[in-house]
Parts: sequence; structure tokens; C-alpha cells
Amino acid sequence: MRHATMRWSVLKRHLTQERIVLAIAVALFILFSIILDKFLTAENILTLVRSVSVLGILGIGMMLVVIGRGIDLSIVAIMAISVAWTLHLLNLHVSLAEALALGGGFAVVSGLMNGVLVAYVEIPALFATLAMGTFIYGFGRSQLIDLDIIQLPEHIGWFGKIGTGYVLGVPMPIILFAILGFLVFLFLRYTRSGRFFYALGDNLPAARIVGAPVRPMIVLQYVLSALIGFVAGLITATSVSSMNTRVVNSTLVYDVILVVVLGGVGLSGGKGSVRNVLVGTILIGILVDGMTIMDLQYTLQNVIKSIILLIAIVVDSMVNPRDEQTAQQGDI
Amino acid sequence: MSFKKLALAAVATSALLLTSAYAEGIKDPNIDAYYQTFKGKTIAFVPVAMGFDLTEGWAAGIRQQTNALGMKFEVRDPNWSTAAGAQAITSLIAEKPSVMVIHNPDVQSYAHLLRKAQAAGIYVVQVNMESSFPTDAYVGADWHQIGATAAQAVVKACGTGSGKSGKVAIVQGVLTAAASAYQVNGVYDVLSKHPEIKIVSNQAGDWDASKARSITATVLQQNPDLCGIIGFWDGMDTGTAAAIKEAGKTGQVFLVTSGGGADGACTNVENGTFSEDISYDVPGQARDMNNMIKTLLESHLKPGTLHLSLYTPLKIITKADMTPTSCWNLKALQKAATATD
Repeated sequence: MRHATMRWSVLKRHLTQERIVLAIAVALFILFSIILDKFLTAENILTLVRSVSVLGILGIGMMLVVIGRGIDLSIVAIMAISVAWTLHLLNLHVSLAEALALGGGFAVVSGLMNGVLVAYVEIPALFATLAMGTFIYGFGRSQLIDLDIIQLPEHIGWFGKIGTGYVLGVPMPIILFAILGFLVFLFLRYTRSGRFFYALGDNLPAARIVGAPVRPMIVLQYVLSALIGFVAGLITATSVSSMNTRVVNSTLVYDVILVVVLGGVGLSGGKGSVRNVLVGTILIGILVDGMTIMDLQYTLQNVIKSIILLIAIVVDSMVNPRDEQTAQQGDI
Repeated sequence: MSFKKLALAAVATSALLLTSAYAEGIKDPNIDAYYQTFKGKTIAFVPVAMGFDLTEGWAAGIRQQTNALGMKFEVRDPNWSTAAGAQAITSLIAEKPSVMVIHNPDVQSYAHLLRKAQAAGIYVVQVNMESSFPTDAYVGADWHQIGATAAQAVVKACGTGSGKSGKVAIVQGVLTAAASAYQVNGVYDVLSKHPEIKIVSNQAGDWDASKARSITATVLQQNPDLCGIIGFWDGMDTGTAAAIKEAGKTGQVFLVTSGGGADGACTNVENGTFSEDISYDVPGQARDMNNMIKTLLESHLKPGTLHLSLYTPLKIITKADMTPTSCWNLKALQKAATATD
């Protein structure tokens, strides 16, 4: 009896949410490989990863903020408007370098404003970025661009390859997802700023007492997530030859939060890594790809998707129940 | 004065009078009443959102007429929010414009409000997306016909005698939108008579190019011999086309789509992105709306008396029969409207 309890506790220690989600992903992958013809082919795997790489990139940006116990609800608005403006400038025959600098600059300024509102004005991130998202979209649509879908001009040279090129048979968006993931991994693990992100997310007053520059670090998080949003937008725009600013009104930002939380990055801050986002992204990728191959009806797809997600969350809350130690103030 | 002289004078005077009447022309007895009917009237427009070719084009067309006839034109932009649209209609009912032009987001949301507006004495013209409550007039595309036309094009490209696989995919918009639901019905009506055509995928792209791109990529992966794709909106199907291009199948997969026919449509047909684009010609629709607005105002009938429909004649744009006037330019249309301000 005592033996069994011990085994259970050992098992529990190993069953983090990340592993549960990974297990579900592997199970689905095996299931689809057996029942679906042509699921397990190199081409399909590349298509699968490719279709979620933008989601994954946005997830990495969101994760940087969530680790510091914040959230960036404006990331999709920043992505849409900064990139739509870049394309708009290109259509007006502004040079590529200038257009990219202005668009990227817009993203940085938006991120700075988010960071200042959260770190210095001390508005809760949820409200600050929600309001900023609406502001950025409204400002962009009324002042910077005149239509809600901006087409990519032809003859843009190498720039178009960001979304459509291949390296050794692997689509560029996947390569960029991998590079970005690796850079952020290095940043979080080996730089001082990266370690401070965890420290201030885990316990902000303690981080401040030991001398971490918490306010500038918070600003840095929002600037990074805005820049990553800009990159994700460039990939989206170049792969479908246009930027659709209506994406701001879609559920994309919730999907981004979903892959972050699903993979095991806690909204209470202080924990999580690129690997968590990868796992969450891959599960969504496998699900969507498999259901598209099965030609399931869209509404049914949503039901199945949400059931799988609920299972992952329920299993996690059973295996890792919340108690006074794990639940923190400010947990969403 | 002799009688002869008097007669001569009379003839001369009347001749003089007549000449002067001809010099000034004759006044058309109808115009005063015509212009009086419109002067000072207000036309209100509630689209699902401004900022895309359809609604911007319609607004420019209506504005041109309201300026010319001394009417007021108001646009309430709910920016994709059905709740904000309902709010806009509610406040418009209190303000009592003469005519409301409504672009419905779906068949249900505004039905009750449109009934109320007509009861309050406002003419209601619905455009391109009709609600379940028929009002004074509907001006817009016949979605069933667009679906059927697209399906016929695909049958021609992939059906018997084409030597192709007959495999076809459908990329819908949002399933609950009238434009998508009616269109898919038209597609199936035609394809059900052609057993050689096999629908291998029928998915919703949510009017979003990125979603359409990833759906199409997967479908092409599974069906390398796919023959045709029916897309439901050219703004979304640039994504569908991107997936075809990436798979190296441009020209092999027949892609038919539809839209408002702005110049981007012609560019995309010309460079082979789309095989065929079925246009519902926005400037033509704007003129239909203008005529409907004038007809209703001139009829002086009580709102709700008539139930008129003007389905838009479709323009089919292919590389073979494209002309310089096949498409229209939004900037030019807007310029023409602001010139009359």
C-alpha cells in the first residue's frame, strides 16, 4: 500500500502539463498515422508544422511576457498594423529598407508604450495591453492605412522569400520559427536579462530587493514581444501576398495564449520555456492537420479541439492540484 | 388703323413672342417635382465595416448621387461588430432618415430592427447580404447563381472529356454568412448532376487568406491530382492561390473565385493567380442602389409596401475575355465622389 502511494507520487512528479500534452500529441500522431493515408509523409509533416509556425512564433513572443507574469493582448494588433503599414509604404514606392524600419519602429514604439504603462504607470497588464490593442488598431486603421486588407506589391525581391522560400526543402517559416526559438532559448538561459525575466515573474519584490532592474526589464519584455509580432506578421504577409488587419477581430490572440498555456507556461509567471510553446503548438498543428485531412465540418472541428484542450487542462489540475503554495496572487 | 394693319401687328407680335420662347427653351414640367422629392432627405448607410473594396465602393457611389441631388449621406461604421451595427440602426430609427441602406452580417441579427425601421416610416434597402426579413428592396448578388456559375466553370475544366481527375475542393467563407450558405447550395445544385466530379474537401476559410492557405496546402498534399478549387471570395483566395503556387501547381489546378471586381481581381486573373473571377461589379451595384433609393422616394408609398429585388448581373473575368473595363478602381471612384462634395 505504502509502496503504491510512493509510486504514484513519483509518477505525479514526472507528469507535468508539458508531458501530458506531449503524450496526447504523440498519441494523436500515431492514431492519425494509422488511420489516415498519407498523413505520415515528409511533405505532410512539413505542411503541418508550417501551418502553425506563425502561431508558434507569436506564442514565443507571448511567452516572454507571460514568464514575467504579464500578458500581451495587443500582440496581434501590433502585428497586423505594423506590417500593414509596411506594405502600404511599399505600395507608395518607399524603399524596402525604409518601409521595414518604419514598420519595425512602429512595433517597437507600441511595445515601449505597453511596457511603460505596465512597469511605470503600474496598470495591470491585462487592461493596459487590451486598451493598447484597441488603440493601435484604431490609430493604424484611421491614420496609417486606408483599407483593411493591404496587398503586397509585386517585385519585392528577396523580401517575398520570407514567407514562400525554401532552405534544403524546408519552408522558410519553419526555419525562422526554429531560429527564433533557438535565439529566445539562448536569451532566457544564458543572458542576465533572461534570468531576470524569471526572477521578476516569480517574485517581483524579491527581484527588486536583490537589485534586478525590474521596470526596464518589464519594458524590454513588451518591446521583444512586439518585435516578434512584427516578424510573425512579415511571414504571414509574404506567404499570402497580403496583410489582413481584420485578424485583430479574430480569436487569434486567444489561440496564441492557448498554445502558451497548453504547453505548460503558467500564467502566474516565473516558469516556462521555448519547449513548452513548441509542445503546445505541435499539438494544435497535428489536430488541425488531421481534421482537415478527414474533411471534418468546421464546427465539429472546434468541438473536438476544445474537448482535447479541456482534457489536457483537467488532467493537469488532477495531477497537479492547486494549493496555497502553487497558487499565487495575480494568477489569472 | 385698318383691320389689315391690326392683323399684321398681331402676327408680328405673336411671332416675336414665339421666337423669344424658343430662345429661352421650354421648361421640363417634371424636374421641379423630381428635385423637390430628394432635397434635404437623408440617406444612412450601415455596412458590416468600411475599409474594404465593396463597402467603400458602394459608399462612394451613393455619396456621388446624394451630393448631386442635395441629399445628406451618413455612414455608421460598426467595424465587424454586429452589436455595434444593431446599436447604429436603433439610433438611426430615432433620427428618422428617409432611407436606410443596410449590409447584413448574417440572416438573423438585424431582422427585427429592420421591421421596426419600416414601421417607423423609413425605407429600408438591403445590400448584398439579405436578412430573413424582406424589406422594401434588396440590391445585390444572387449568391446561389454565383455558386452555380463557379461550379459550372469547374465542371468545364474538370468534368467529362477534360481528361482530369475530377477532384474538386471547396474553400468556403464563414459558414453562417448568407453569402457562404447560399453559395454552397448553388455549387451542390450543379455538382449533384455531375457524378464525375468528386468533392474531396469542403472546409471553411473564415474569409481569411492565411486559413485558406493552410487548408489548401493540406488538401493538395492529400490529393496531388486535385483538378479544381472553388473559392468563395477573392480577398481570401489569394491565400488559396499561394498554396497552389507553393505546391508548384499554378495552371494545373483550376481556381475559380468571386468578388467585387476591383482592379486587383483583373491583376490576379492576368498573372494566373486565379483562373476565373466572378465579379458582382460594385459600381454597377452602387448605381442599382441609387436607382432603388430614387424609385422608393419618388413612389411616395408607405415604407413596407413594396418588396423589390435587383439581383446584380454577373461579370465573368477570365484571361481570354478581359477588357480594360472589366475591373474598376476604388481610388477613381472615390475621387469622382469627393469631386462633387
